[in-house]
Amino acid sequence: MSTDRDRMLATIRAGVSRSNTKGAPKPGPLVPERGQQTGRALVELFRKQAEAAAATVVEVARAEDVPAAVADYLRGRNLPPQIRLSPDARVNALDWKSQPLLETSTGASDGHDLASVTPVLAGVAETGTLMVHSGAATPNTLHFLPETHIAVVYADELVGTYEEGWKALRAQRAGDLSKGAMPRTVSFVTGPSRSADIGKILLMGAHGPKRLHVIMVDAKRPRH
Amino acid sequence: MPPAAKGQRVALFVTCLVDLFRPSVGFAAVKLIEQAGFTVEVPEAQTCCGQPAYNSGDRADTQAIARHTIQAFEGYDYIVVPSGSCGGMLHCHYPELLAEDPKWAARAVAFAARTYELTQFLVEVAKIKIDAAFPARVTYHDSCSSLREMGVKTQPRDLLGQVKGVQISELAETEACCGFGGTFCVKFPDISNSMVERKTADIVASGADTLLAGDLGCLMNIAGKLKRQGSTVKVRHVAEVLAGMTDDAAIGEAE
Amino acid sequence: MFVPNSNAFPEKSSNAIADPQLQEALGLLRVQSIPNRLKAVDKLPEFEALRDRARDLKDHILGHLDQYLLQFEEQVKLSGGEVHWCSDAESARQTILRLCREAGAKTVTKGKTMIGEEISINDFLSENGIEPVETDLGEYIIQLRKETPSHIIGPAIHVTKRQVEQTFREHHTDLEPARSLEDPNALMAEARAKLRDRYFEADVGITGANFFIAETGSTVIVTNEGNGDLTQTLPKMHIALTSIEKVVPTLDDAMTLLRVLPRSATGQELSVYVTFSTGPRRQTDPDGPKAFHVVLLDNGRSGYLGGPMQEMLRCIRCGACMDHCPVYHAVGGHAYGWVYPGPIGSILTPALVGVENAKHLPHASSLCGRCESVCPVRIPIPKLLRHWREEEFTRGITPAVQRSGLGLWAWFAKHPALYRFAARWGTRLLRLIADGRGSVSVLPLAGGWTKHRDFPAPQGKTFHDQWRAQRSTGGAK
Repeated sequence: MSTDRDRMLATIRAGVSRSNTKGAPKPGPLVPERGQQTGRALVELFRKQAEAAAATVVEVARAEDVPAAVADYLRGRNLPPQIRLSPDARVNALDWKSQPLLETSTGASDGHDLASVTPVLAGVAETGTLMVHSGAATPNTLHFLPETHIAVVYADELVGTYEEGWKALRAQRAGDLSKGAMPRTVSFVTGPSRSADIGKILLMGAHGPKRLHVIMVDAKRPRH
Repeated sequence: MPPAAKGQRVALFVTCLVDLFRPSVGFAAVKLIEQAGFTVEVPEAQTCCGQPAYNSGDRADTQAIARHTIQAFEGYDYIVVPSGSCGGMLHCHYPELLAEDPKWAARAVAFAARTYELTQFLVEVAKIKIDAAFPARVTYHDSCSSLREMGVKTQPRDLLGQVKGVQISELAETEACCGFGGTFCVKFPDISNSMVERKTADIVASGADTLLAGDLGCLMNIAGKLKRQGSTVKVRHVAEVLAGMTDDAAIGEAE
Repeated sequence: MFVPNSNAFPEKSSNAIADPQLQEALGLLRVQSIPNRLKAVDKLPEFEALRDRARDLKDHILGHLDQYLLQFEEQVKLSGGEVHWCSDAESARQTILRLCREAGAKTVTKGKTMIGEEISINDFLSENGIEPVETDLGEYIIQLRKETPSHIIGPAIHVTKRQVEQTFREHHTDLEPARSLEDPNALMAEARAKLRDRYFEADVGITGANFFIAETGSTVIVTNEGNGDLTQTLPKMHIALTSIEKVVPTLDDAMTLLRVLPRSATGQELSVYVTFSTGPRRQTDPDGPKAFHVVLLDNGRSGYLGGPMQEMLRCIRCGACMDHCPVYHAVGGHAYGWVYPGPIGSILTPALVGVENAKHLPHASSLCGRCESVCPVRIPIPKLLRHWREEEFTRGITPAVQRSGLGLWAWFAKHPALYRFAARWGTRLLRLIADGRGSVSVLPLAGGWTKHRDFPAPQGKTFHDQWRAQRSTGGAK
């Protein structure tokens, strides 16, 4: 007795063998010129694109400056000084005690956190997009549940194009993302959550974070 | 494209609508083509390009009409059509219709290669110098087939730019369909009406006193609506203005 | 059940035109979506070249579909998930029900999925005692209103803000009746709060998948709200519902399609959240579902491979065609009577439900071609509409009004002398009726025209008669 799978594959194979696109070659990628910047121009492009998507962006010189930048941001918007930190050392090992008024805790989010601080896999300048992924050190809930998401992007994590972002992930997984090597989720995040479903009016903060704040650190990601 | 040689023979594909409803458009086309130094003939055996049958799914009849038309028009240097929709039928669809017919496939391709919409021919082949006057504020509707099948957009505007006294006031949505679509307007009259109302509102908003286009189907559709709405905007085929033949009543107007 | 009602198109479209609230909503769609796309396209010089790449990539995929589907299945297994091949809607429904029962589901959160609409999964789950909760704001609104989606990207574009406010007041009865919902932010905040708890309660999350990746066994969702991510992260089982033609070879290839999809759909450079999900939670993950299932639906698509309609399978569901369609602007999505409206719907609906059940849709077009001019994968929509018209003609199911008179016209067109004769007398008759007026407002047999327009009268003798007369007297005009 044939299964759905058998029948579907048989029909597909028959169709493919008749198809005038059978054997059609796969086209290569077309990387926009815009993503081929380097150095300062790359940083400027990232900022411009991220801001166009309604994220806010600040630059700091060193990793040590990040806690103060976070405190400033929350204070500047009258937001409570409470943050949930990613366990990842790029965020967790920073000197949060230097900001005694900030209440911090670490781990995944259960939906009650108002603000999260996370690292990223890459910042993609082509569209001002952050690549983040799930994992023990980078729980996915921190990217989606809090009202405010603060992302820390180190200089050597900034790339021009999406393809370079995937390359960065491949490099972390011995060059191969197949056979279960992928993190459970990899997300490209461009600006805060929004919807235009109510009368075509664009509103921020549908289900994901209402605010996305990016702190760009002009230094390489710390090796811990 | 070879440079235009004087004395070359152009066959005019008149189109049903021009033949039945507004022959002056055909005569204007003849005048313009002759003005540019070509001789014009009108093959007797032509009837219809076959679009009504084609768009209704009657492929067999359409192929028969295509063969008949190609045969009638062989032996000329160019075939010129004062319509983007008939032009598109001849130029884009005839080769596809006869691609599987070994006796006609090559003839259809050769035929299509020599077929032009009128303003396209006048600009790209004839490189005509227009000598006409028409002091009016005009607006131009880009009919869908002209635009998307024949690539006609700048050509009529270039030619109108040479007409003394013409001021062009572009529509906000020049490229929106007017709702004619051949049999579409009688199959779905309410939808077609919705579309032509948007077009006439756009025309009125442009402040133009005259609407021009290169397709009589669109023009009759829009003129009919403007008349029903009591508008004073006049409607003409662009060929009439280019040939200086604007003494006749505009479309839909009493003589 | 979402039973196709496409044969009611003529009546439904006329009603739609007479509906002022719908017309207001459609006007907003038209005046925003067309310029938004143009702005995005203008900002990317490579956009036209990317359309060519996207088309070629889809053609390549369709020419190797079995290979990529098998690779995908293998990779899903290797990452701890399971693929369920479902040849039709009933098979998909039963599979999803079985999985939900395995998870002991009482409620299921849903991200937006057109395949879900295609198989009527919400009604089916409800009938079987499982409550589906739509989380996409547009889907949530129409779920409350007991309506079906009218657009593939914005399911509730037919609903005005005032109507949303009315709906929320009617259904969120536990909230303060006098609260102000003037500000649309208040409406969104209310929806966000209402749905937040449901995400945590749900036992199963069902999402669609815009694409799925053969290289890694990942499914991809594209949202602006983040609802899809919460739907697939919080419950203990994630079911991704998708159709066979959406497979993409590699992660990098997906980005080619993602460079044209959001720009075409909403004019955004990239949608806010593009998430690649692979398998269930890893041992070291602190969050994520324990089970990951992909339901792969065919529902008739495979039969179109290698045939004249194959190009319709390139569709990446961006909605640009309907955003630019003058017919859609006039009548909205519900008139099309099924899941997929607008130009793509006019080709896909006959394909999936049978052309005899959607016989008007291929004719409900002036063939203006604007859809094809904006389609990111260059689907030749007018050509495919004509294909359905030919199919209907051959099978004798063209609606009567479409057929009348055309055979006769074609006969005349093949007989020039008789054509001239008929034309001569036809124009004389029309001029008689016009009686010196430039146009007529009532014309027998042309009620379709004269209902809304006057009919311009012929100028005089036909062109051919005048031309012949001039030639015989030796004079040229």
